Amino acid sequence: MTPAAAPATLPPPATGLPPLFADWFERRGWAPRRHQLEMVAAAEAGSHALLVAPTGGGKTLAGFLPSLIELAGRGPKPAFGPGSGVHTLYLSPLKALTTDVERNLMTPIREIGLNVHVESRTGDTKQSKRQRQRDFPPDILLTTPEQLALFCAWDGARSYFADLKCVVLDEVHAIWSGKRGDLLSLGLGRLQQFAPDMRRVALSATVDDPEMIADWLRPLPAPTGAGVRIVRGDPGAPPVVDVLVSQGHVPWAGHTGLHAIPEVYDILKGAGMTLIFVNTRWQAEFVFQQLWAMNDESLPIGLHHGSLAAEQRRKVEAAMARGDLRAVVCTSTLDLGIDWGDVDLVIQLAAPRGASRLVQRIGRANHRLDEPSRALMVPASRFEMLECQAAREAVAANAFDWEPHHTGTLDTLAQHVMGCACSEPFAMDDLYTEVTACGPYRDLAYETFEEVVDLVATGGYALRTYERFARIVRDRQGRWKVRNQQTAQRHRMNVGAIVAAATLNVRVASRRGGSGKHLIGGRKVGEAEESYFEAMSPGDTFIFAGQVWAFQGISGMDALVTHATHKDPKIPSWGGSKFPMSTSLASRVRAMVQDRDHWRVLPPDVQEWLELQEVRSAIPRADTMLVETFPRGSRHFLVAYPFEGSLAHTTLAMLLTRRLDRLGVGPLGFVCTDYSLAVWSIHPMDGLDLDALFEPDMLGDDLENWLEESFIMKRTFRNCALISGLIERRQPGAEKTGRQVTFSTDLIYDVLRRHQPDHLLLRTARADAAAGMLDVARLGQLLTRIQGHIRHMPLDRPSPFCVPVLVQIGRERVGGDAAEMILEASASDFDQSALIDEIMADAPADLEGAR
Amino acid sequence: MNAQLRAALSPARHPCGGLRVLIEGEPCVLRCSGALWAINHRTLIVADLHLEKGSAFAARGQMLPPYDSAATLTKLEAEIDALRPDAVVLLGDSFHDSKSVGRMAATDRIRLDRMAEGREWIWLEGNHDIQALAGALDDLTGQIVETLELGSLRLIHEPQQGVRPGEIAGHLHPAARVAAYGRGVRRPCFVTDGRRALLPAFGAFTGGLDVRDPAIAGLFEDPPLAAALGRDKVHALAWETLR
Repeated sequence: MTPAAAPATLPPPATGLPPLFADWFERRGWAPRRHQLEMVAAAEAGSHALLVAPTGGGKTLAGFLPSLIELAGRGPKPAFGPGSGVHTLYLSPLKALTTDVERNLMTPIREIGLNVHVESRTGDTKQSKRQRQRDFPPDILLTTPEQLALFCAWDGARSYFADLKCVVLDEVHAIWSGKRGDLLSLGLGRLQQFAPDMRRVALSATVDDPEMIADWLRPLPAPTGAGVRIVRGDPGAPPVVDVLVSQGHVPWAGHTGLHAIPEVYDILKGAGMTLIFVNTRWQAEFVFQQLWAMNDESLPIGLHHGSLAAEQRRKVEAAMARGDLRAVVCTSTLDLGIDWGDVDLVIQLAAPRGASRLVQRIGRANHRLDEPSRALMVPASRFEMLECQAAREAVAANAFDWEPHHTGTLDTLAQHVMGCACSEPFAMDDLYTEVTACGPYRDLAYETFEEVVDLVATGGYALRTYERFARIVRDRQGRWKVRNQQTAQRHRMNVGAIVAAATLNVRVASRRGGSGKHLIGGRKVGEAEESYFEAMSPGDTFIFAGQVWAFQGISGMDALVTHATHKDPKIPSWGGSKFPMSTSLASRVRAMVQDRDHWRVLPPDVQEWLELQEVRSAIPRADTMLVETFPRGSRHFLVAYPFEGSLAHTTLAMLLTRRLDRLGVGPLGFVCTDYSLAVWSIHPMDGLDLDALFEPDMLGDDLENWLEESFIMKRTFRNCALISGLIERRQPGAEKTGRQVTFSTDLIYDVLRRHQPDHLLLRTARADAAAGMLDVARLGQLLTRIQGHIRHMPLDRPSPFCVPVLVQIGRERVGGDAAEMILEASASDFDQSALIDEIMADAPADLEGAR
Repeated sequence: MNAQLRAALSPARHPCGGLRVLIEGEPCVLRCSGALWAINHRTLIVADLHLEKGSAFAARGQMLPPYDSAATLTKLEAEIDALRPDAVVLLGDSFHDSKSVGRMAATDRIRLDRMAEGREWIWLEGNHDIQALAGALDDLTGQIVETLELGSLRLIHEPQQGVRPGEIAGHLHPAARVAAYGRGVRRPCFVTDGRRALLPAFGAFTGGLDVRDPAIAGLFEDPPLAAALGRDKVHALAWETLR
């Protein structure tokens, strides 16, 4: 939160700041920024405010300045009673941000000499401190949205927040459009009831459409008649973004960027502190391993990702802050917020996937607004080269990713309703009015709200046998309240919209007992997602926490591993990135592919590769989709190029496989990338009616039928059941493990699906799956877009474009029906260099450079 | 695979998708539902129904769907319709807790009585339901016993340590896990070495214990066979293939 002001030589604007504050800025040699003053003005007008500004603009100070001014002007604070409560509540999606902000906020408070009491509170805060905060509220309380959900469930929350004047939401762009955002919005609605004059202040990174966030933030009806004032920070110096073409060559296929590691290392030697962003934690492990393998100069290079123990991450962060590290290989865990030190350069060692994320990451370098940030993208394949170029152009044009419309989720609403009942009795109509004043829930029907209350009370079942066990009951006035204090206590242990994935302990195994029959788990190395190990067979090697291990098996809550004898780790789920290429970036890539003039900005080998594609197959126009079919070995292939991101492609491939199966084509499996998808089968697919095959009606019954059986639904249902409180994550006494929860929720899902298929939580889970894992809306847009615009190229051999997706076969988990996958094994052998040789055979001499 | 196990497994496949095995010389079918059919005695054996598990959780504040008893009974009715057994043995933990019988819907109670009509109906006591059974002596059709001899088979809820030829038990809810093509699958299973057998839990909400856990593996001298319940087939899985 460096005020990071313009140089003092600029003429100071008519500040409008109280002398105490104006003097402080002057003493520091700073001038207040325009947006900081506008935030003060918004506060004076009593408006809610949304500040949209790039990193490094003194954004956090701008958020707090009005509160500090108000607190400086008040009289002595009473020890209790009216006026003794919290004045400003600050909410950050990151726990670590609260302590960072507390430290930075103390600087102006101390230097101005304000009598303002600031405290932070997270899940880690000691019980004694929490109790003190309850008895003697600080002026400014810094905490997380999960704590707000807990406050809402407090007995006496209303009086605790009666004095609240302002709530500040940091990094709101990262949270508003998800379940945490829903819960946060409901919490704000509650606070607004407690303190009708409370102002809402949100701080956001630059986004495509600030109106969407403002609309999310705006309470309806605005109690003071004030709307949300949008304040825009000045843009910083445009970043300098380059694309690294290692030794003048971009690989045909791949995800790792392995080819460029030596050059990346050379760059590290010449740069200051560098952040190397990758897209998955396994990729982070791999890159970290590769860099250390060539680290002759012993540069201090660190590793930071979500699977590492929190303690280890804190160590790396502290070393960064001290300036002890030269580079950190990291995932999205370092996307947000904190100044970890002087970052000189950001390297994106993988496809950027979206312009907004890229800008956020670039902003990690050089937190001073007036100097350009430096960033370097390293494409791992030729399609990634197109994506990197598109992202670079999007950043230069200040074009950010489009956000989809978001509707409030019902499992989070159920949690909030339960919280309200734990705090004080509520009348149905009053709470409905309060909830529908919250952005995401404006369109909530009263009947749906009733269903949610019923879910909270007795589980929402058509078979009404649980009335006597109800968690909330009606009092004499017909208001709902929690059944008893024990039930309230259990709810408070389970608040929040973050559901941790089921993890296993990674333990070093040894054989015990004479027979050597059983492996026994020994020392614990760390924790990793259960799903990761599901894809492994014993003997598979992988890297974890910087070492190579051989997987031996799962035993209870443990993944048993031994030290690997050969140091060549296999990485099963390599291609998987959580984020698919954004819609706006995808449309730029499609436009670039069709535009020959645009090719000139690309490296020569990529240009020739595009030209060879035109010779051998076709270059699709931006509004058409190319579909290639060709035989290979005993199999027939269909490769489609929608450029719509891996999630939508996977859903499409699943549905296509079902359809091809009905057509008697005998589909055997499929793989997907962010750019294309490939399906292979026993019988040829050249003669199919492609318009009928890609008919949008596949999103009806086909989707429904497939989804009901899929593990995606089971996983989504589990999350909804946990968030809604139908199933408890934590119970007094025993810690219920993720693994046990997964197993029983699958059974519950099966029974519920058969007996009450329209249950509220099943509907919620379907909607979640459609919006999240399946990207159904995007797939729908794609299918509509390509109707009548499919360009079919029947080929006699693979085209240049299909290499990336074909080499994926055999490396990745293959989709399709289990029984048929057995046959698949024989088709899975695609050697990349043999494939390239085949494609390059008798290529025009002037396109030899594509090799 | 040891000699006895090999002998026990032949002939292997029963037309219903189940596995035909010999347990201590008694021909039995391991059914896809998780029930064991003792052919010569025309007796159907099911373990760990855990009826009213859903309502037991609801009573403690977790509103699991109230459909588990109905789902379990539907499955049991289908087995009885298919086999027309002379006797049905419930191998203990038929009820989830001591108050389960009282919480059961009247319609489900009637279904239970109908199934018991015209055949022997035997409740074995389990650790979960010994009180429930004792408290419902007059309400429940059938007899309540601790153990039962059936030819060379000895039926009991909880498996006993040591060599126990002919023992048929439940209690442990065995489940087996295999992995192939990038995905793991975990299913309830029978465990048998041809001398004794463990039954999977028959109830709709019942979880599972990995067969490689010492509590299960320790009951067998040589690696047994895990017979996992598929959609319409029981899969015989060799010990070495388990994950």
